[in-house]
Amino acid sequence: MKLNDLMNHTSEWLKGTGPNSDIVISSRIRLARNLDKYPFPHWAKKEQSQEVNLTIEEAKAKVDFLKNTTTFQLAGMDAVDKQFFVERHLMSYEHAQRQDSKAVIIDDEEIISIMVNEEDHMRIQVMQSGFNIFEAWNIINRIDDALSQQLSYAFSSEWGYLTCCPTNTGTGMRGSVMLHLPALVMTRHINRVLAAIAKLSFTTRGLYGEGTQASGNFFQISNQVSLGHSEEEIIDNINGLIRQIIEQEQQARESLVHQNRAMLEDRVNRSFGILKSAYIISSQETVELMSMLRLGSDLGMIKNIGRRTVNELFIVTQPAHLQKLENRKLTQQERDVRRASLIRERLKI
Amino acid sequence: MLCDVCGKNQATVHLTEIVDDQMTELHLCEECARQKSEQMEQQFGLSDLLAGMAEFTKPVQDKEMVSVKCKKCGLTFTDFKKIGRLGCSECYNAFRKYLAPLLKRIHGSSVHMGKKPLTIGGIAPKEDKESDLSLLRQRLQKAVEAEEFEEAASLRDQIRQLEKQQQAAPPAPDEGKKE
Repeated sequence: MKLNDLMNHTSEWLKGTGPNSDIVISSRIRLARNLDKYPFPHWAKKEQSQEVNLTIEEAKAKVDFLKNTTTFQLAGMDAVDKQFFVERHLMSYEHAQRQDSKAVIIDDEEIISIMVNEEDHMRIQVMQSGFNIFEAWNIINRIDDALSQQLSYAFSSEWGYLTCCPTNTGTGMRGSVMLHLPALVMTRHINRVLAAIAKLSFTTRGLYGEGTQASGNFFQISNQVSLGHSEEEIIDNINGLIRQIIEQEQQARESLVHQNRAMLEDRVNRSFGILKSAYIISSQETVELMSMLRLGSDLGMIKNIGRRTVNELFIVTQPAHLQKLENRKLTQQERDVRRASLIRERLKI
Repeated sequence: MLCDVCGKNQATVHLTEIVDDQMTELHLCEECARQKSEQMEQQFGLSDLLAGMAEFTKPVQDKEMVSVKCKKCGLTFTDFKKIGRLGCSECYNAFRKYLAPLLKRIHGSSVHMGKKPLTIGGIAPKEDKESDLSLLRQRLQKAVEAEEFEEAASLRDQIRQLEKQQQAAPPAPDEGKKE
């Protein structure tokens, strides 16, 4: 697989399928794993990091589940290409920054990605469309088991998987669910919900994970505690919490439809109108308007525009995707123009 | 542990945060935490808040803690305090005395209850909770003798948790399976 092949491919998590996909965009699990022989990436010498990179690549080749994967070395990779992976949630923003002996391993369906030499030697990630966190766990658990037969993991029976940062020690697991909660935001119940989430030791982040703010009514919720509970317990807890949030969002949507239908139709159709007719549009404005379009499509107020079209537009209107599409560097002004024309084209009914 | 702000009441709210590779800790009593919570809500991180109350954060005074160093990778505990990241897996042993209470504060527990790798150093690990328990009991005794009470309390909790686990799940018939 080549990087450019991804351009015409829809990532698994963007397909808009899976349970509760009107509210849940994607479910994701990541495991932090380290090799016991080597210092953690930030503390390792260059040669050690290269050895880690090589060792993981060799182990990967022996794992059946990872047969259809490609390894991309980040050394020497173009900044736009790296940003392209970040926008597709295949690697973190952090990972794109320094590039010494870093790599990312990606499978053809864009379900699995393994960041090599990020904060830990390996950050294994599995993404699923919709509310599907158990399936994500089933897949990642098997990959992790297979890799653990090829690699000597840093592990203690007392503290579990030993990670670079003590906030990940234990299971090394973080489960995250990306939610679209426009009705809870509009009815101003969102702060109450977010406060409750924080009390239960879960964290809320924006579209692009750590350090990003929630925008366009998208929220990423993940567990904070990784030690003292089994993986299944942690997933059960996330599952229970997300189920409740989904119910709250559903109720908020119903009450908006019943009590404020005109206001809702107005906002949805105004957003649709701007998206269909704008000639210059920023990515921030796009995310906000697309959120309303998605809600309108979910509630049947907008016909003929499917969830998949909306999901795909979220990604292809991002800066690196626009530049890959044009095959050249674009200034911000050029991007805003190109973005608007792309949206007009895709939303033509 | 007493509250970092008033120094009078027992601290019941413990905050640990790593921002830009800087680790900060704050221990507050309920009363002071409530007073500060309004401020906290307006901050994304704790660091600004902590900067404003620097005089309350405890300076590292434990001489041994400052000088303790991981023999394998050379990282000192002071390095760890500064960057919030450990140097290698061996650091967990080198700093165990200080890490055990930290892990407990972050996660509310310091015992791994999750899965194990299928092989450790090329060998399948044995499922042997009984020997884990006796090892923990030995360590507890040593900790009590050395008057390391924080460590002892953590070990006691681990033993309780393991015992509870054993009562809940009697050993499976295939336990200790052939390698």
